[in-house]
Amino acid sequence: METKDKLSAEKAEKLLYQLLLMRKFEEKSAELYTKEKIRGFLHLYIGEEAVATGVIQALKPEDNVLGTYREHAHALARDVDAGAIMAEMYGKQEGCSRGRGGSMHIFDKEKNFFGGSAIVGGHLPLATGMALASKKLKKDNITVCFFGEGAAAEGIFHEALNLASLWKVPVLFVCENNLYAMGTALRFSHAVQEIEKKGQAYGIESKAVDGMDLLKVMAAANKAVEQVRNSGEPYLLVCNTYRFRAHSMFDAELYRKKSEVEKWKKRDPIPKFRKYLLKENLISETQLQEMEERLETEIQKAVDFAEAGTWEAKEELTRFVYSENPES
Amino acid sequence: MSETIKITYREALKAGIREALFNDERVFLMGEDVGRYGGAFAVSKGLLEEFGEDRIMDVPLSEAGFVGAGIGASLAGLKPIVEVMTVNFAMLPMDQIANNAATLLHMSGGQLNVPVVIRMSAGIGKQLAAQHSHSWEPLFAHIPGLIVVSVGTHEDARGMLSTALNSPDPVIIFEYTSMLNMEAEIPADSGPTDISRAKIRREGKDISIITYGIGVYKALEAAKRLSEQGIDAEVIDLRVLRPLDEDCFIKSVSKTHRALLVEEAWSTINVSSEVSARIMEKAFYELDAPVKRLGGIEVPIPYPLHLENASVPQVEDIENAVIKILRP
Repeated sequence: METKDKLSAEKAEKLLYQLLLMRKFEEKSAELYTKEKIRGFLHLYIGEEAVATGVIQALKPEDNVLGTYREHAHALARDVDAGAIMAEMYGKQEGCSRGRGGSMHIFDKEKNFFGGSAIVGGHLPLATGMALASKKLKKDNITVCFFGEGAAAEGIFHEALNLASLWKVPVLFVCENNLYAMGTALRFSHAVQEIEKKGQAYGIESKAVDGMDLLKVMAAANKAVEQVRNSGEPYLLVCNTYRFRAHSMFDAELYRKKSEVEKWKKRDPIPKFRKYLLKENLISETQLQEMEERLETEIQKAVDFAEAGTWEAKEELTRFVYSENPES
Repeated sequence: MSETIKITYREALKAGIREALFNDERVFLMGEDVGRYGGAFAVSKGLLEEFGEDRIMDVPLSEAGFVGAGIGASLAGLKPIVEVMTVNFAMLPMDQIANNAATLLHMSGGQLNVPVVIRMSAGIGKQLAAQHSHSWEPLFAHIPGLIVVSVGTHEDARGMLSTALNSPDPVIIFEYTSMLNMEAEIPADSGPTDISRAKIRREGKDISIITYGIGVYKALEAAKRLSEQGIDAEVIDLRVLRPLDEDCFIKSVSKTHRALLVEEAWSTINVSSEVSARIMEKAFYELDAPVKRLGGIEVPIPYPLHLENASVPQVEDIENAVIKILRP
């Protein structure tokens, strides 16, 4: 493992906490799904945590973040309150989107977290447009847009990248290549399987990185973010990763072998990072123990918050279709 | 009587855009050929020279991409006027409109406004055949979250855009290619159009002709001819197709006790279908005759002029239909 940026003990601890929070939060979510507390679709990010963590740590609070329908971890990395996310998944009005969105539509405007989009690729041009606004308004924030390799087969991916490059706007496209678009493997969806080549075709600097290694993702993301910020131009970072769980809770995983999943699990980014921190003396066993307790408390607090949440009155059904303060 | 000016529909549209660009730095126009070409229909001719490339943006043929970017820019503080050259190309960005523009406020529990304005040229009348003659207003009027307006007069051509840009919610504006060269007199000081209200274009007591878009002037001409035959028709320009100004037409029908609904869109499930249903629900006992609809004939629009004309209601069709209702 190598990274030019020296990791401080404080940051190392924060990152490990974040990775573990994502993992445990989602394991809890799966459990709550089987208990029918969470309904609808639930897409788990388990296995891919190094990507959201590694990229989002490189951002400033004023940067815009857009995610897919597999975005719990991104919201957590963006410091969206775990209780507000859990309450959202419960459909309670205390949720970050007042329960109107659910698991696939986590929004937090204060954190500049813009979803939570469930039409594959549909949010890519929004990211280009938000970056265009930054340019026109002469703001120095950048926009980061996460999507899967499945989205790279959509026409809108190509339009959004071409426009971003043509307009020279500060947007970082992060492709989370987990090898499967639902159940269709990369090799069955892309004639050219190196997604980074598609960015290069539009004149966008594009790099691929091992998405199972937090330090590598961090190094690549730091560089990419810095470049987008300095140049004001787009960048495509492809993070090659793998989801350990099913596509959603309705997926029998007929399209891949258990042995393949087991092989990838050996590359789990969390134990790898933990081991590295111990080896480098960036964390102690005592701290790890204490972290476990904090995690447990935070997750329990989130669940309690969601449980204690309330249902929005039926009378409010048609709110938020149009703005309530048309003058605003 | 205030002073009037003679103006074409095209000039009125341009005046509206120009005024908007003058009044608010955040406003910009983006669309295919809006700049160097001068607008496909010469509506934005000269604006590039006057306002520069930042405010008048030519875009590639990526309707989904640039409409999505317009939505994104509106999320991030700008007031984009996105021109989709014609409604005929609007199925390409339909996903952006239906799944992003119309849903973001709701999915985010009221956090995100989408103050984008999307203009499209629409309608029949230039012998452009099946793929270039669509009246697709009903497709958009079906979608909650959108404000859908139709520019049926010269006054609205000048006044609708500024109100639309003040809306915190997405507005789709339909303009009509076949009306561009039409000249009319409007008050020199005609101001912003109220896009929450339908407009009674002619008062009358015998029957309510309820229409929008190209139907407005046709209905007014028919009303003029009918007045020579002693029939006093009221003409209502629906103007806003979503949300419908139900009060206006229910009041009118309660006064005239008869209704003829006129539009160019295919008859099955068009705006008239909805208006008719609401009259039945709200004013059934006010009716002295069944509601009659005159809509587009259910055929892809053919090229030859005589067949094109036969595909949509003409002035004489309106005239004859009114006579049939009143003097059966």
